[in-house]
Amino acid sequence: MDFNYTEEQLALQNTLRRFIARDYPFEHRRALAKSADGFDRAAWKTFADFGILALPFHEDFGGLNGNAVDTMLVMEMLGRGLALEPYVSTVVLCGGLIRDAGSAAQKEALLPAIAGGELMLALAHFEPGGRYELDRVATTASATGSGWQLDGAKAVVLGAPAADKLIVSARDGSGISLFLVDAKAPGVTLRTYPTQDGARAADIRLSKVMVGADALLGTAGNALPVIERALDYANAAFCAEAVGIMSALNEVTLEYLKTRKQFGQPIGKFQALQHRMADMVIATEQARSMATLAAVRVDSADVALRNRSVAATKAYVGAQARFVGQQAVQLHGGMGVVDELNVAHYFKRLTMIGLTFGDADYHLGRFSDTLLAA
Amino acid sequence: MDLNFTAEEQLFREDVRSFLRAKLPGEISRKVLGGKHLAKNDFVRWQQILHAQGWGAVAWPVAHGGTGWNPVQQHIFDEECADAGAPLQLPFGLKMVAPVIMAFGNPAQQQYFLPRIIDGTDWWCQGYSEPGSGSDLASLKMRAVRVNSPEGDHYVVNGQKTWNTLGQYADWIFCLVRTSNEGRRQEGISFLLIDMKTPGITVRPIIMLDGEHEINEVWFEDVKVPVENLIGEENKGWTYAKFLLGHERTGIAGVGRSKRELKKLKEIAAKESNHDRPLIEDQRFRDRIAQVELELMALEITNLRVISAEGEKRAPGPEASILKIKGSEIQQLLSELKMQALGHYALPYVEEALDAGWPGDALMDGYGDYSAPLSGQYFNIRKTTIYGGSNEIQKNIISQMILGL
Ligand SMILES: Cc1cc2nc3c(=O)[nH]c(=O)nc-3n(C[C@H](O)[C@H](O)[C@H](O)COP(=O)(O)OP(=O)(O)OC[C@H]3O[C@@H](n4cnc5c(N)ncnc54)[C@H](O)[C@@H]3O)c2cc1C
Repeated sequence: MDFNYTEEQLALQNTLRRFIARDYPFEHRRALAKSADGFDRAAWKTFADFGILALPFHEDFGGLNGNAVDTMLVMEMLGRGLALEPYVSTVVLCGGLIRDAGSAAQKEALLPAIAGGELMLALAHFEPGGRYELDRVATTASATGSGWQLDGAKAVVLGAPAADKLIVSARDGSGISLFLVDAKAPGVTLRTYPTQDGARAADIRLSKVMVGADALLGTAGNALPVIERALDYANAAFCAEAVGIMSALNEVTLEYLKTRKQFGQPIGKFQALQHRMADMVIATEQARSMATLAAVRVDSADVALRNRSVAATKAYVGAQARFVGQQAVQLHGGMGVVDELNVAHYFKRLTMIGLTFGDADYHLGRFSDTLLAA
Repeated sequence: MDLNFTAEEQLFREDVRSFLRAKLPGEISRKVLGGKHLAKNDFVRWQQILHAQGWGAVAWPVAHGGTGWNPVQQHIFDEECADAGAPLQLPFGLKMVAPVIMAFGNPAQQQYFLPRIIDGTDWWCQGYSEPGSGSDLASLKMRAVRVNSPEGDHYVVNGQKTWNTLGQYADWIFCLVRTSNEGRRQEGISFLLIDMKTPGITVRPIIMLDGEHEINEVWFEDVKVPVENLIGEENKGWTYAKFLLGHERTGIAGVGRSKRELKKLKEIAAKESNHDRPLIEDQRFRDRIAQVELELMALEITNLRVISAEGEKRAPGPEASILKIKGSEIQQLLSELKMQALGHYALPYVEEALDAGWPGDALMDGYGDYSAPLSGQYFNIRKTTIYGGSNEIQKNIISQMILGL
């Protein structure tokens, strides 16, 4: 057993912590959320300089050979800063898909560009009406001789408005396949919007979208296990982000309990609130343990173990995040429900993480089904 | 023991229903049921319609234009209004300041203010909380100094109120102000009625976490208030405010609205699909609905027990606090489950979809018109355990004042 970060990891963590504190204060973030892009392109370049856009890729493709523990520490820091940049969409999800399923030529063309901050991508997988089920893909891919024609609709594609390319899942006779599609290709229509937590997403219509044979990512009909793996990575990353947010929320709440005075004393002197705060810290430590478990196991080649660990973590962290978010708001009184303070924004982000790629109940179901299989 | 409504009560319910069918404007109820933005005039218009029917203030004494209905009838009325999608009758005038004016105001105040409340002429807001005085309200600082002058004696008011709900629309604000620093803090507080048009008052919006403008800061700079606007005696304001807290029990539980929201939750769960089946067939989710329904069933009976016993002379018990705590928790759970039922389709923040008449968006299929407000409602409804005496304060009341711990 070894729960320690390496020297390199600690250095990266420090770099990110300093960046968030100095260059990504809450006021900046608040303005970004209202800007046209909805995130900071300069920060994205800085991320490239830090190397975090290159983390999970092999050095042959401009990567740093990082693992999911590296991603965990990045996400925790991005969580603290409530960073709006589409890191999970581009690096974890799409980068991961290209890394795991791409041909040498595709990796060559795309991974260095991601690592360098020049290319952004979004995964267009989930569809209207399909909820969280991974295999509910009605979008079709028809072979055209020279390539494929894609038709269908995708819902809540995170990071789509900024994406240069989309990775689209579609069904042909043999099963589900993945395609690289230029976001500006004819027949691709985006309905963009902000999300409840200030990020950006889009609903997408694909109508007679023509792509070449080289757009296929991986082998035709076999994408489901690859998608499942990428979403496990994304969920592990979101859990780490949630833990970063929960820690930050505990810090601001603790500070508030010490400074806000009512009845002639700091409200932190009231035992009811002391116990609540203690419960919030307990929840966060427990969540951190599970996020660590997911980060270590998501890299495992044992698919059942990987699935089970991530499902357990998303279910568990979801419940703890709900508690910590709600209570942080509650303990701030009226100050907890205003747009001007970071508290409500942390709370909203935690809530939306809880609804992304399966909520706590969905993952509890996935985990509890494994009890039958055992 | 009989938990059924009597035949008369059922007839009464029918009367209320047919009134609502005939008189509640569809463009208003559609907004309420669809979670759309309501304009000031929607509230005012509904108040006028109720008033024309003689139901503008059902709980008031008949002498002031009330109905004389018993608490069970009032409860039925609340429930039917909520179910039909009537706008909430805002409590600030009808349920908060009016009972104080009736109990402690002078005849001139009663004659001037009460008719203007019941017919919807005046919009009232509540000015109790201050930045430094929330749960500990008695620490409030806003100063009112009495000045004798030839043009008429008046108070000069300086200070700040905050968290003021819908004050941006208000004609009048009722305030607790400090008129003395002698003795106990509670004994230096007075109850003042202030015309919002008085020079020196500035209303600044506070945007809430759902992006809505529902609350405000209200600043007072040398605001002149005629002494005629003092309620009762100077330095007795705390007593009047406390009278108010114990006064109103029907309604705090919000049973009617929660029943409506439960119905809506079931509708959403029947519409959303999960594994190609309606979500409501998913046992894990259905059990969550069932659990909150159990809470609501219990609260409904508790509420009826409490209001049926109203009028009996007894020492004050924990009832009002129980209704507030459970009522707010249930509202929060219902809003959370509605959002959860949508899954990731609850992520988009489409502001224009909150306006009545939004035509929908062809590119966002899979979303009902109903989905847009749900996340915002969940965020917004966190307020219910904070305001009106936070749930922690309610538990202090039960444990300290009632149980003597
Ligand atoms: C949306 C909204 C609308 C409102 N509308 C109005 C309005 O129209 N008019 C008006 O006057 N006010 C209004 N309020 C104010 C509301 O009444 C106060 O927010 C409330 O009294 C809590 O005060 P506070 O916000 O200062 O929190 P604080 O009193 O600072 O409380 C912070 C936290 O400490 C807890 N706490 C405080 N004291 C104790 C204790 N002794 N034991 C245990 N826990 C304690 C609280 O429960 C809370 O969790 C509104 C508030 C909101 C959020």
